[in-house]
Amino acid sequence: MSKFKTFPKGGVHPPDNISGTGNRPIRNASLPTHAVIPMSQHIGAPAECIVNVGDTIEEEQLIGKSTGYVSVPVHSSIPGKVVEIKEIYLPHGKKSQAVVIELGGEFKRMGKPQKQSDWTGLSEKEIIERISSMGLAGQGGATFPTHVKLVLPEGKKCDYLLVNAAECEPYLTSDQNMILEKAEEILEGLKILKKLLSPREIIFAIESNKPEAAGVMAAAVEKSDLDVRIDILKTKYPQGAEKNIIKSCTGKEVPSGKLPLDIGMVVLNVETVYSVYEALVFEKPLVERVVTVSGGAVKAPETFRVKIGTTYRQLLEECEGLIEEPAKVISGGPMMGFGVFDLDTPVTKGTSGILFLTKKEVKAAKQTSCISCGRCIQACPMGLNPSDINKHSLNFLFEEAQDMGLLDCVECGSCAYVCPAHIPLVQSFRMGKNQLRAIMMQKKGAK
Amino acid sequence: MLDLILRTLYGFISVAFLGSALGFGLAIAAKKLRVEKDKTVEALMGHLPGLNCGSCGYAGCEPYAEALSSGSDSDITKCKPGGAACLEGIGQVLEREVDTSGPRMVAQVHCRGGEGTAETRYRYKGLKDCNAASILFGGDKSCQYGCLGLGSCMQVCPADAIDYDEQGLVWVDKNKCIGCEKCIAVCPTGVIKMIPEDADVIVACNSKDKGKDTKANCSVGCIGCQICAKKFPDAGYKITDNLSIVGYNDRGPGRADAAEKCPTGSIIVLDEK
Ligand code: SF4
Ligand code: SF4
Ligand code: SF4
Ligand code: SF4
Repeated sequence: MSKFKTFPKGGVHPPDNISGTGNRPIRNASLPTHAVIPMSQHIGAPAECIVNVGDTIEEEQLIGKSTGYVSVPVHSSIPGKVVEIKEIYLPHGKKSQAVVIELGGEFKRMGKPQKQSDWTGLSEKEIIERISSMGLAGQGGATFPTHVKLVLPEGKKCDYLLVNAAECEPYLTSDQNMILEKAEEILEGLKILKKLLSPREIIFAIESNKPEAAGVMAAAVEKSDLDVRIDILKTKYPQGAEKNIIKSCTGKEVPSGKLPLDIGMVVLNVETVYSVYEALVFEKPLVERVVTVSGGAVKAPETFRVKIGTTYRQLLEECEGLIEEPAKVISGGPMMGFGVFDLDTPVTKGTSGILFLTKKEVKAAKQTSCISCGRCIQACPMGLNPSDINKHSLNFLFEEAQDMGLLDCVECGSCAYVCPAHIPLVQSFRMGKNQLRAIMMQKKGAK
Repeated sequence: MLDLILRTLYGFISVAFLGSALGFGLAIAAKKLRVEKDKTVEALMGHLPGLNCGSCGYAGCEPYAEALSSGSDSDITKCKPGGAACLEGIGQVLEREVDTSGPRMVAQVHCRGGEGTAETRYRYKGLKDCNAASILFGGDKSCQYGCLGLGSCMQVCPADAIDYDEQGLVWVDKNKCIGCEKCIAVCPTGVIKMIPEDADVIVACNSKDKGKDTKANCSVGCIGCQICAKKFPDAGYKITDNLSIVGYNDRGPGRADAAEKCPTGSIIVLDEK
């Protein structure tokens, strides 16, 4: 028995590969000469572009306004001039409108002394408004609009505020390095959230393979007057998946089809908490984030603080380029990330890492037939039968696949990771979900 | 020994008795509990092809017949595979006017871009399923409108009418196609369209990109150059969204000549193929 807490079902143990970039200072990436800023960097309705080609833009100026409740605004990360508005592909495979800004003019914040503003006098409503107007979206990867996560359903009280610092994806060290440098600021962010949510308990959850970060956090908590429970979790993938981390820390289960909010739970990624701090204390919108650039094909892996809109190509150059031709370039972590084919893809609010993986790391193997070994069932943290769902979804039986739990799949990739037949199970589930959505829309339309 | 024989006999007798008793019961049930089938449904079933392909939107031929008979569905043209004969039959049973003048329609893939002709943006390694590939940046082809070639249409076709041709491109055998349009429903790029069975030519491209972009993406794509439409004004070619669309109602002179003059070879004379 491990002494660390964890979730009961499934999970896998990929090598974590964090020694290259972990426990090292975060470097500021150089400014992009051209920032490519997509209007859709979050889950929900894309922002509406409110600038035109030729416009002069200030640093942090609003360039895309939010178009609904589940939507967030977009700000410019650099001052300059709009030179182009175009359609680009984002790593998840969908298109988005993007504003290209050519660097020029003066920064009003960067490099200047920062004015602190006092948030303690703000009402709850004002705090939420600030968070939403500063364009905050979850920085763990799923990019759910933060303000939506913070509004509890009528009559519900917040039991736990859970800070997710598990960072269970191999290679990624952004959260870890962030904690080492910004523990106090993160705590200040938590104070703001405490005022907003008045949770019964604040939990800070981190995996056991990052003892330094956990130690720094514990020391910071010690010094502060904020009560935070630090939970060291077993290093097991996908510990950081929202529903898993809730189970690991509190033993509670989020029912199928429900959100953590529905059971009085708010889960935020550490970097998002830091952004809450910046939004309230400095009125700073989300225009930069921390990105791990790593993988066996990169010469000098590093964790960077990056202006949103910086291209992957530029970050690769800052890592002194490649030592070998990568077999795959991945946005995000190796388990849940997306392969990209264009190095001119920009960093967005949800880009936690960029990996250049060698052939050896990718372990590209030929796909064969399912031998019904059941390993995927053992690995699935959601208790699903991935093999069966896959067979149904490949045979166009999407509604049957739904009955088997297709929509509960969190796309963690544990099943595909262990599959000896190398079946791209997650691709099949993503496709199935897409098709199901189309079927549901059709049914709605027919009614 | 005798004991054994008797026991065996008992076995036989009791099973025989049980069998005949149950059989008798069934015979009575069949007579007494018989559900009268709706006469209209039965008549309709006589005209529907019985393929249970589902292209009418019902689980099979019988549910569609029931819907027609009960009046919950008034559209009698939903069975595409049945063709004119089926439609006429349904019309007779339901005493409705039908129009069967149009030709039989069949599906065809409007794209001839493949290896060596169409550019790709990345190497696709994944499920052999067009919808799965299309969620990844719309598929590996630089052209977003073309056939991805992974054969999802072949999988759903109840008539086995779609296959790779000699050039490895997806093509419908018009003699086998029953016109159910299932392939059209599954295809993520919309590259399959219905054409009359006796179509003489097709513009085998679906790209609505500007000519310059299409040219960069594919050497056999329609670039919307207007040659077919301008040089042969009566032949029925019309450019919409940078793509030549050929009509099948008025087939004026020059239809095949246009194919010869098309700089990219996107127009194909069908009898030759
Ligand atoms: S990807 Fe989905 S099915 Fe596979 S292990 Fe994760 S939750 Fe289970
Ligand atoms: S340009 Fe036309 S022929 Fe070429 S791939 Fe696209 S749709 Fe197919
Ligand atoms: S026609 Fe459509 S469904 Fe058929 S192989 Fe081509 S892309 Fe796939
Ligand atoms: S080719 Fe298409 S329309 Fe023709 S029978 Fe097959 S699935 Fe139906």
